[in-house]
Amino acid sequence: MAITFTLNGGRQTVDVHPQTPLLWVLRDTLGMTGTKFGCGMALCGACTVHLNGSAIRACITPIASVAGKSVTSIEGLSADTTHPVQQAWMEEDVPQCGYCQSGQLMAAASLLAKTAKPTDADIDEAMRGNICRCGTYSQIRRAIHRAAEIKSSGVKA
Amino acid sequence: MSVNRRDFLRTGAGLFIGLMLPESSRLAAQGRGRGGPALNPNAYIHVGTDDSVTFLITKAEMGQGTVTSLSQLLAEELDCDWKKVRTEFAPVDPALYGQQGVYGSQSIRSSWAPLRQAGAAGRAMLVEAAAQKWGVDKAQLQTDNGFVVNPASGARLSYGSLAEAASKLPVPAGVPLKDPKQFRIIGKSVKRLDTRAKVNGTAQFGLDAKVPGMVFAVVARCPVFGGKVASFDPTKAKAVPGVKTVVQVPSGVAVIGENTWAAMQGRKALEIRWDEGPVANVNSAGISKMFAEYAEQPGAVAKKSGDFEQAFAGAAKKVNAVYEAPYQSHSPMEPMNCTAVVRADSCEIWAPTQMQAGGRSAAAQLTGLKPEQVKLNTLFLGGGFGRRSSVDYLSEAVEVAKTMPGTPVKLTWSREDDMQHDLYRPASYVKFSGAVDAEGWPVALSAKVACPSFFGGRPGAVDSTAVEGIHTLEYTIPNMYVDWRKADPGIPTTFWRAVGYTQNTFFAEAFLDELAAAGGKDPVELRRKLLGNSPRLLAVLNRAAEKANWGKPAAGRHQGVAVVNNIGSFTAMVAEVSVDKGKLKVHRVVCAVDCGHIVNPAIITQQIESGIVYALSASTKGAITIDKGRVQQGNFNNYDVLRIDEMPKIDVHIVETENTPGGIGEASVPPLAPAVANAIFAATGKRLRKLPIRQEDLV
Repeated sequence: MAITFTLNGGRQTVDVHPQTPLLWVLRDTLGMTGTKFGCGMALCGACTVHLNGSAIRACITPIASVAGKSVTSIEGLSADTTHPVQQAWMEEDVPQCGYCQSGQLMAAASLLAKTAKPTDADIDEAMRGNICRCGTYSQIRRAIHRAAEIKSSGVKA
Repeated sequence: MSVNRRDFLRTGAGLFIGLMLPESSRLAAQGRGRGGPALNPNAYIHVGTDDSVTFLITKAEMGQGTVTSLSQLLAEELDCDWKKVRTEFAPVDPALYGQQGVYGSQSIRSSWAPLRQAGAAGRAMLVEAAAQKWGVDKAQLQTDNGFVVNPASGARLSYGSLAEAASKLPVPAGVPLKDPKQFRIIGKSVKRLDTRAKVNGTAQFGLDAKVPGMVFAVVARCPVFGGKVASFDPTKAKAVPGVKTVVQVPSGVAVIGENTWAAMQGRKALEIRWDEGPVANVNSAGISKMFAEYAEQPGAVAKKSGDFEQAFAGAAKKVNAVYEAPYQSHSPMEPMNCTAVVRADSCEIWAPTQMQAGGRSAAAQLTGLKPEQVKLNTLFLGGGFGRRSSVDYLSEAVEVAKTMPGTPVKLTWSREDDMQHDLYRPASYVKFSGAVDAEGWPVALSAKVACPSFFGGRPGAVDSTAVEGIHTLEYTIPNMYVDWRKADPGIPTTFWRAVGYTQNTFFAEAFLDELAAAGGKDPVELRRKLLGNSPRLLAVLNRAAEKANWGKPAAGRHQGVAVVNNIGSFTAMVAEVSVDKGKLKVHRVVCAVDCGHIVNPAIITQQIESGIVYALSASTKGAITIDKGRVQQGNFNNYDVLRIDEMPKIDVHIVETENTPGGIGEASVPPLAPAVANAIFAATGKRLRKLPIRQEDLV
């Protein structure tokens, strides 16, 4: 079944089973592998993308439910790796293995879109669903605070 | 990052001549390299005529920072411009690189000398080329950040402009290395080279391999360890939309689809009857009972000093205790996966593996090809932690690919597959007896260990991974006895970050606290007294105690301490906790580490934090339990791990010494659990002798 949606600003049509999760459409059908598979049950956050601007778990989102909507994946967060969270992540050298970081960045970007200056409690609330087995949590927290500064100052690297 | 070196040679002809030997000389280099990494700059360094510098990274990157830290070793001695450094993963070539694998926190330890020598040889060749060009004595020349400089004339030539001439020179041997006092790249917190790709989605992990024409596979495996397929009916699976085919493989039944989800749906519909085998009778309570019985029996002796029996019999105060640790899953964020294509005369693999050379050998064996007919592409690992030191998932992908020659197959394990078909950190059990003298100082310690073995040698010998952390204790206790009895309940086990130390340091350091309490000693004071023969461990203990303000915790908090010497490094840790109405909170962890010469302080700090988080998950969160031969956990809902809101404040203090570098990736895992358990004792008076720490144990 052909399903049309907007992906990173461009129109995208795919012909897959309507129950196929967005995650596997992105990864296997479209070859957009920046979005990661971690658990398949919305338990780890590795597959976090934005649907109409809000963070969702692509692994439990049937492709049929995104028809006509707008999806942003890590590849579309910025054209040149200059989104404030990406700048901050680079300043803090957050990633270790890096596998969970696409999801962490997408969750953090969604938090900052809604809360310009998040507190530690806001960060706990928004980010506790994103697991990192390398233990980069302290750096993630610092980077989110830094990204808020970058965003409010309007500076682009 | 995945350009093969030989491809690189071909496509780069005339452009990237650089420090690349022609093939004939390369064969000679291979001869020199046999038995260990070659002292050959060409194996590690390409200097392009455009001044680019590309380093070939021989060790897989699983987060531990090898791409960056190994580059620092090369760049320091090559004296190139750090800003121009690019990296690629090296091809698998044991003749050139020795045994390529990442385990035992060995990457810096095994690369410290050869990579610096390679960098120094490369620099010497560039200097020689400049000396010939200028017609001056090379001894007059210096290098400066990617240039050869003649201080007498002020002349400068960039490395790129000298690369072609340098490539024609012989590789010098025994080039002197820099005095560490001159280091400008080693020892500095340079930014990681892999960060950008990991924040914009372009980093290619194993699961991201893209091969034209590839199909997607999952495998149904017997839920009971050691079980086999008795029979299966593929009809319903084949009827699922998107399923292409169903085939039996040695590990189970593979379902192949046009995407991973279709294959997973097909697997759900598959009808399989399993022959579960004898492990179907195994459960965790039975394993525990088995270990307890074995610990009562004589085992293989790992350590015997003085006369434990006599000292124990005559001691002033005695303590007996039993400690236990469960199986643990590795659960890296990237589930196991591998992409493979098998042809009549070749095999190509894209894998996130800690064992590049071992993976290639396994594929050669399974396909009947020669190792050199197997091309293994190294991609980033989404975590390893020891799980990817086994190549079972790689072999499984090759087996599936063998059923469809010429078609690339991407095999993906679901999280449940990953958690229920892991090779686990062994469960373990120890029976301690210890005694203190009339002054309260420990005089006798006995540990009888029972646990599985995965690293065993000859029968009757001790598997060092079963007892390390106990028989390796550096404390001066005059009468010690450690033995081990192998207990094998049939659950597969393997290396898990920090290996035997992960449970044994908990056992030993918590029991030592019991001896301290029995003798009325402060835990830090006791350790100081017993570490007279271990100055490096004593130094980190003192640093951690000082920085944690030992003995004066914040109001309502309590402290615990532990130390470990593993992987050639020395680590001390103080945990500060509170226990409020049965709820444990780890507020702060102070860690001091001596890993000898420092390559990148920021990466060391990352790794220390990483180990603490990994150990906190295993100590206070999930455990793998067995019922009817099956793992009862399947995903992060019933095998929970530490989250951002549970993160303690971590203070890392690096105690720099001039010693040969030690490892770092596994340094901070072992002391976390005992430091926390000892702090809980300080808070509650309860001794927690079984991991993980559960809320019900604290009430």
